[in-house]
Amino acid sequence: MSGVLSIVLKRLGLGLLTLLIISILIFGAVEMLPGDMAEAVLGQGATAENLAALRAQMGLDQPAPIRYLDWLSGAVVGDFGISAVSGASVAETIGPRFRNTLFLAAYAAVIAVPVAIILGVVVALLRDTLFDRVANVATLTSISSPEFFLGYILILYLSVKTGMFPAIAKLNDGMTFFELLDRTFLPALTMVLVVVAHMMRMTRASIINLLASPYIEMARLKGTPAWKVIVKHALPNAWAPIINVIALNLAYLITGVVLVEVVFVYPGIGQLLVDAVTKRDFPVVQACCLIFAATFILLNLAADVGAILTNPRLRHPK
Amino acid sequence: MKQDQDVLLQIEDLRIEGYSDEKWIEIVHGVDLTLKRGQVMGLIGESGAGKSTIGLAAMGFARDGCRISGGSIEFDGMELTTTSESDRRALRGSRIAYVAQSAAASFNPAHKLIDQHTEAPVHYRIRKRMESQEDAMQLYERLRLPNPQEIGFRYPHQVSGGQLQRAMTAMAMACRPDLIIFDEPTTALDVTTQIEVLAAIRDIVDQFNTAAIYITHDLAVVAQMSDVIKVLLKGNEVEEADTETMLKSPKEDYTKSLWAVRSFQRDEKKRPENTQPIMSVQNVDAAYGPVKVLQDVSFDVYPGMTVAVVGESGSGKSTTARCITGLLPPTSGKIVANGMELPPSYKQRTKDQLRQAQMIYQMADTALNPKVRICDIIGRPAAFYGGLKGTKLKSRVDELLDLIELEPSKYYHRYPPELSGGQKQRIGIARALAAEPSFIICDEVTSALDQLVAEGILKLLDRLQRELNLAYMFITHDLATVRSIADEVVVMKEGRVVEQGPKGEMFTPPHHPYTDLLLSSVPEMDPNWLTTVLEERGVDNIGEAANV
Repeated sequence: MSGVLSIVLKRLGLGLLTLLIISILIFGAVEMLPGDMAEAVLGQGATAENLAALRAQMGLDQPAPIRYLDWLSGAVVGDFGISAVSGASVAETIGPRFRNTLFLAAYAAVIAVPVAIILGVVVALLRDTLFDRVANVATLTSISSPEFFLGYILILYLSVKTGMFPAIAKLNDGMTFFELLDRTFLPALTMVLVVVAHMMRMTRASIINLLASPYIEMARLKGTPAWKVIVKHALPNAWAPIINVIALNLAYLITGVVLVEVVFVYPGIGQLLVDAVTKRDFPVVQACCLIFAATFILLNLAADVGAILTNPRLRHPK
Repeated sequence: MKQDQDVLLQIEDLRIEGYSDEKWIEIVHGVDLTLKRGQVMGLIGESGAGKSTIGLAAMGFARDGCRISGGSIEFDGMELTTTSESDRRALRGSRIAYVAQSAAASFNPAHKLIDQHTEAPVHYRIRKRMESQEDAMQLYERLRLPNPQEIGFRYPHQVSGGQLQRAMTAMAMACRPDLIIFDEPTTALDVTTQIEVLAAIRDIVDQFNTAAIYITHDLAVVAQMSDVIKVLLKGNEVEEADTETMLKSPKEDYTKSLWAVRSFQRDEKKRPENTQPIMSVQNVDAAYGPVKVLQDVSFDVYPGMTVAVVGESGSGKSTTARCITGLLPPTSGKIVANGMELPPSYKQRTKDQLRQAQMIYQMADTALNPKVRICDIIGRPAAFYGGLKGTKLKSRVDELLDLIELEPSKYYHRYPPELSGGQKQRIGIARALAAEPSFIICDEVTSALDQLVAEGILKLLDRLQRELNLAYMFITHDLATVRSIADEVVVMKEGRVVEQGPKGEMFTPPHHPYTDLLLSSVPEMDPNWLTTVLEERGVDNIGEAANV
């Protein structure tokens, strides 16, 4: 196991390095945008003097590398600075929003991942049957429809026409867990529909890819029933690509949900990011981008570790 | 039809079709087969003869893309072609078991050996898991696997190929089946490992009085294992007889030609006097990372001569070739060509130095790019080393195709997948010749080919050697090939040269003990060969015999 641990540590180190490079890119990109925060704060009423004064006050007159280091050293301990719009701490602004996004992502993932894998296995078992084709077409449809469109369709049928679920996912304080689940069901379902297809198709493909292997033939020649051949003999060897796709989709659930949040008026980090961009609230934009980057890196790291843990050659070296 | 009580498997007029180019094509054309309880039948033939297909059909199984289209398969009174799939499946693993060619690929890499062993008995409720594990350990012991109590708890990648093959035989025995299909179980193994597996299989089949169908293309092996032999050709039966009769007096011409394959032999040449070696390996050490793989390897190859390098897999034969070509720079020692020391890495060698040593590979399938036309495969080295262009290049490629006995007009524009295995290997030879080398490394060039085809390749190489005065380094584990074309022999073991000398000397005693082991492990056509060898070595330590 020490081999695995050292691989994980190495990946973690590489991940941190990647994050550092990304932080430079984010900072540089924001830096290149026309105008700065002082202009954004003062807006139309800006004069040369009060701009200069505000810049000095906010430290914007410092050279970029110093401001970057300043920002980075704060970010490392969770201090992302002060929002240019509200004047509140960025960390406090983002915190609850990010928690909401994580909640919604987890909600969707808990449904989507098992459904996708089970469907993928079933479809691999019933490959080239009518069921396979129907599932294929259905998932292709859901994957190729934009999520706001899916969202509105769900609202129309599950909320407006039947009234089963609330159309707007506004959160209040003091809601119970079940109220929360009910309130956010439609956005979660929308996201499930978007990500299930990808994961299911990968599960199907990587299982079918293995079916020509000699050990699968061997399992069949031992009289193993078809479902067991797939679940016990193919699936354990198919995990690596499946886990990778799952990780990518989980990252998407966290970072790609802006449209769904807008449609359902859900107070997540995506909406916050869009607001911040329009209002030129650079500290918030930078913090959001950094969080997204960290999410991607962490989930991909988790996928790598998962792939290692499911590979007996790496788990049990000679 | 009233069945003889003794008959276990009765196949009549079996027809099997394969699906290709959007239509069904018959690949087995009405084969009959009768197997009695406890009897072992050898099925032999070249690739494409339908051996495996028939073997699988005996389990009522057809691979994806194949179907049993006619005839009857009656196993112990049950007609397999008409029973339901679930009834057929219930036979597999319990009453009919299968041992595959490559145990390394046929064990599931994700599960421990013993869990794969116990799967069938537990599934059929023949034994409880713990009982089955106990039984597995006993079978492992009987098959002389090392650490029988422990070895089952390893994953397939932690066990060697010969051991896996025995573990797979044990797995086939797990439910004490009436019939086992052995599908080329030793083809992928070294001779020294093969003999252990053969002995183990024969032993266990005898002990449990299991009937078996033994599929192979190696006549000498089938002679050891079977009571009767059936010869197949392109999905048809050629003839069937008991082993003695078949070996002594085959009736059909095809069978006789198979028997005669090993007859090609040319006389040994002596080293030319007053010439320097064309390639000289001097005290070479090499390593993959921290692992030492070659130690103090030295031998010379003279112009126009063939040096055969023999040894088991892992003995360093191919690594030596990699050192000569500069793909793996030696850690110490020299590679000298025509008296000139070559730089250790191919990156530092000049074009002319690179040109001198060419390679022909074992798997022509993977050594030729399937998306490149024949003319370009052969033309590239001709253009790269010879600087040929346009019509000159074309006539050179034509000339090379002529040389390897493939009609230029027919093959010039083809792609490798359109060629047979033997033809692909010929293209590999032409590609090596295109550089006009004086020295060619042949790395197991015939081991993936059928015997008749391999013979053709050996004859071609021999003719080319005479016409072009080529020197060959011939890497092989097949001593029959060594007998037929080598002038000198280098025996390698664990990265060292254990013995070397002219062929005549090497094949007459006294030998180095390892050479002796290697030579005595090569199966012979005598059906009593295995028994004799085992007696000589002492049957009980067959497992250790290979580790002398």
